[in-house]
Order: sequence, then C-alpha cells, then structure tokens
Amino acid sequence: MSDRLVQIEHLRQYFPAGGYGKRKKYVQAVDDVSFYIERGETLGLVGESGCGKTTTGRTILRLYEPTGGKFTYDGNVIFDVENKVAVDMLPYRKKMQIVFQDPYASLDPRMTVGDIVGEAIDVHKLAANKQERYDIIIEMLRRVGLNSEHANRYPHEFSGGQRQRVGIARALAVNPEFIVCDEPISALDVSIQAQVINMFEDLQEEMGLTYLFIAHDLSVVKHISNRIGVMYLGRLVELADSYELTTRSLHPYTKSLISAIPIADPKVARESKRIVLEGDVPSPLNPPSGCRFRTRCPYADERCAAEVPEWREVSSGHYVACHHYEQCR
Amino acid sequence: MAEEQNVRKLVDIKNERLSFFTPAGEVKALNDVSIMLDEGEVLGIVGESGSGKSVTAYSLMGLTAHPGKLLGGTLWFNGHEIEAMTEKEMRKIRGNEISIIFQDPMTSLNPVYTIGNQIEEVILLHTDKKKNEARERAKELLELVGINEPEKRLKQYPHELSGGMRQRVMIAIALACEPKLLIADEPTTALDVTIQAQILELMMELKDKLGMAIIMITHDLGVVANMCQKIAVMYAGRIVEYGTADDIFYHPKHEYTKGLIRSIPRLDTKEHERLVPIEGTPVDMLNPPKGCPFAPRCDKCMKICLKEMPPVTTFSDTHYTQCWLNQKEEMEGGAANE
Repeated sequence: MSDRLVQIEHLRQYFPAGGYGKRKKYVQAVDDVSFYIERGETLGLVGESGCGKTTTGRTILRLYEPTGGKFTYDGNVIFDVENKVAVDMLPYRKKMQIVFQDPYASLDPRMTVGDIVGEAIDVHKLAANKQERYDIIIEMLRRVGLNSEHANRYPHEFSGGQRQRVGIARALAVNPEFIVCDEPISALDVSIQAQVINMFEDLQEEMGLTYLFIAHDLSVVKHISNRIGVMYLGRLVELADSYELTTRSLHPYTKSLISAIPIADPKVARESKRIVLEGDVPSPLNPPSGCRFRTRCPYADERCAAEVPEWREVSSGHYVACHHYEQCR
Repeated sequence: MAEEQNVRKLVDIKNERLSFFTPAGEVKALNDVSIMLDEGEVLGIVGESGSGKSVTAYSLMGLTAHPGKLLGGTLWFNGHEIEAMTEKEMRKIRGNEISIIFQDPMTSLNPVYTIGNQIEEVILLHTDKKKNEARERAKELLELVGINEPEKRLKQYPHELSGGMRQRVMIAIALACEPKLLIADEPTTALDVTIQAQILELMMELKDKLGMAIIMITHDLGVVANMCQKIAVMYAGRIVEYGTADDIFYHPKHEYTKGLIRSIPRLDTKEHERLVPIEGTPVDMLNPPKGCPFAPRCDKCMKICLKEMPPVTTFSDTHYTQCWLNQKEEMEGGAANE
C-alpha cells in the first residue's frame, strides 16, 4: 500500500446547474471514481469531451471543492468529504502540480517567462535570495529545453510548443512529486507533440515524477502510460495495464473507442472493420439510469437500465464496470 | 497538349503562387503548388498549421481573404478558370459545383436561422425549385446524412444540436446541389473520436453514392490513411511529397514525411518504443530559410539544401518529392545503371 502515492476513493464532483430548492439541478461531472497511482507510475485517463476526465484531475488538486469522496496522498488524507476532513493545501501544492491544456490561455501575458516560473518559487519561499531564485528559474528552463535568454521574454513571443514547455517549467519549479497533465499536447502540432511526449518521459526518469496523464487521444495515452483508465459520462468504465487495455479490452465502450481511432496504415485501415457507435453522448445533467453507456451499447438489456454495474477486478489489475463483459471477451 | 489534360481532370492547379501582404511583410503562403484530381477521387492534404493546406483549398473556391493575393499559376476546375473569374461568376459555382465543410461546426452555422432555412437558402439560390420543393429537398438531405426526425430538425436552431449533428447539417448544406467536388477542411478535428468515425463513414458512403471528388484537409495521418487514394504532404507552402496512400505510408521518400510517420504513437506495439520527433520548430513564414524550408529541421541536411530549393524528383506517375537527397540518390542510381 505504501507505494501508492495517490489513492482516490469514490470521488464525486457535482456542479450546480440552475433550479432552486428541491428542483435544483446538478451536472454529475464525476461520479464514484476510484483509482490509485503508484509512485513513479503514469496513469492515463481517456474519454470523450464531457466525460469528466479534466474535472477529476482538477478536483484531486482541490481546484474544485469535491462533492464527495476521499483522497489520500502518500499516506496522508488530503480530503475526506464524508468525515469532513480537508487539510490546508498550500504545503501540498509543492508536491502536486498541474500542466494545463491550452498553452495560450494558461500563461499570464503580462508576466515574463522568468516571473511565471518564479512565481511558484516566491509563493513557497523556495529561494533565499534573488540570485538563487534566478538560478532555479534558469535550471527549470534548461530542463524543458529552453535557455536563459528566454527568461526575459513574454509568452506571446513563443510558439505553442515552447509555451507548453514554459507551462511545464512552471510546474517543475517547486520540485513536485506528482503532476496532473491535463491534455498537455492536444493544442500542439503533430511534429511538436512527439517532442513534448519525449520530454515528459525524460523528466519522469530524471526527477522520479508520478503523472496523471489526461488526454482524449488513446494512442498518445497508450504510449506514455503504464496503466489506463477509460471514463464515460463521469464514471470509470475500465482500467487496466495499457497493453492489456488496448489489446484485450472488455468494456464495449473501450472497444468502440479503440476501433474508432483512425490507424495511420492504409492496408490495416482497408481491412479493419470499424465498430461505429450510434448517436451522441447523453447529457450529464440527466444521465441514463443504471449503466450510463447503455443508450449506445450494442449489448444493453433491462438489467443495464435497472442496476449500476459494479466496479470489479476481473483479472489481476484489470477493472471493468459492465454487466456483460463476459460476452465481450 | 495542356488542353487535352484539362478535359480529363476535374481539378488541375498548376504552379500556384499566393502571398499574404501583412503589415509585417510578405508571407509566401503558397509556392509552386500543383494539384490534380480526377472525378470521384479523394485527395488528402496533410501538414502542420500554417503549411498552406487550407489556403490551397480556399483559393480554389475563390475564397482568398484579404490581404491574400494570387501571384501566379493557373487554377482549373471543371471547365472553369478560377483565377480569371469574377466574384459574380464565382458565386454561381460556389455551393453548386464546389462545396466546403469547415472545421468548426459550432461557428460555421448561422445561429439566428433555423437549420431548414440554411439548407433551403442554398437550394433556392442555385436551382429553380420553389419554396416548398426546397423544403422537401432539405428533408431528403437530412435523411441522407443520417439525421432522424428531419421534420423537427428543420425547425431547430444550431444551438439545439450536438457537435456531430451540426457537422452533419454542414455536410447536408454542402451536398445540397450535388457538387462535383467537396472540400473538407479538418471536418472532424473539433469532434470526439467516436463521432469522428461516424462522420468519416458518412462522407465515404456519400462519396460512393453521389460520385463526387473530395479534398480532405487534415493534420491527422490516421484520417488520410483511412480515406484517401492520394496524399499531398505540405510544408511551408510547398508540396514536399505527393503520392498514393501506399507510396506515402510504405515508401516515403521525403525526410519530413518519414519524420511525420515516425513521430505518431502506435496503438499496436507491446514494447515501449521511444518516439522519434522532428526536432526544431515550424518555419517562420515571414522569414523563410533560403533553400529548402525543411532544411533547418532535417537531420540529413546537406550544404546545397541551405542554398537552393530542390527541384522535383519523380519516382512514378503518381509519386514525386522535392528534396535534394532524392535528387542525389536518383543521380547516383542513374550513374550506377549506366
């Protein structure tokens, strides 16, 4: 247990969405999500837009106030909503950081890159004097492949890939253990994506980092992660080792997600038969009863509408929430 | 001879040069771009943002925005000389013989008109159909693109539909007059993978049904591998490699194409392979390098690459590149044969 750096149990995050009193409505962005991440590991989280993957990452860092659930970090309870425990986050912000999706919106345009990276050092009082502060900033920029002359420039002077590097340098400045990577490469060009992915891998090796890697692109997540969790409409539907998940997936949603990815190989593409899902993702304001995937699932029956499928471990480390996973084997 | 070729081809762009005259200087968006397309064919244009893939397609529709200017070359489409046409003439074929689907279905539909209104507009503009006939046709089109309850949908506004549905409506509008050529500008980039699969499937189905040609603009190599017979790889306003899907994916010749293919993560490998990225950053189009635009990022760069733009090396009728390395190999190969 001790090597489980991050442990999430029954995490819930509801956002109010209009209505008063008893008629108050909630968007069930994340509902009953449980997983753990071991030290030095990368856990990938995939799903379509609106499935709650970003919300999960942000709630863990308490950027949102959780509606329910428990989060244990390195043996210490960070929050436990049922028992009304919530610790002061500031000391933990040094250990947990986040890299945001949009490198154009997540950097203050009026601050120099040096100050953006240095802000975290100031907040946590990590530098004794100006020289030390400067040295840390340069060291961080160097780590992400930028150099000292970049420190005095402003974000608009950089390309998308370079900005994302600045965002990563900012996260690294406090020497964290755990980083939530929230779609860090979706906004980048293909040829730049590979550079940034490789950098994430190098940094992990150098600094012993643990990642929660959130993305909608399964092939990227598969590449970088040890294990992958698949989310659909606020719930985890499957979680397994990344190779196991991509080759022996059990949940019908995971299967269709994998088959929907266009393969960059014309011969394979011509031969493969796609499972094309019908319809759209239902609204999280009013999710279907029972299994939330049932409205688009080819195997759905009455049981799926009546009972919420249990989150169970079907083989070592392979979790799935589906009544009919046996059929999908 | 050129005349004869034009009779056959649906699209024949020759040596197109196009620049944007911005306050900061001239941006040479297209340099000597040539594209040919037969009826019913699917051409994929891949490249990074700013490589000129959209500009190429837009110029064929006469949609070059200010301060863009066509500087040279000929654009032939289905019997029309696009470069010589006036805006008035252009309007007659736009939406009629040639149509476009834009990337973002959220912003390309008009929010204050109903779906029905927007589809009928195209039909009324280009055909002699009466109002009620146009409505019938709109209903047919919605059925064609797989939207259920078309009667109800016609009266709805774009905000009432999901992203995938809106893109279907966009396709319905584009297909209203059964165009000869459909330009799809990143039609699925803003959509989720499962919805992307639906839309791509629909486009292929409709292509077979209506026999139109498609120009597919995308940065996703997976999408072109699945859909296109021919692929043009663009970099810094040039087509650096052009070939059939098999040529490009199995026998890539240009270092940029090779780099692109190497840098995408694969889903079907067990061992963890490190990605091989293309180093460096995309070219600054305001100050492009002197020789081959890819030279600063190319790991097989030679002296001549930095000085002069390479000529075209032809491998087969359908496969060519612009790369000094290929030139060199061909010359050496030719010498060895003699």
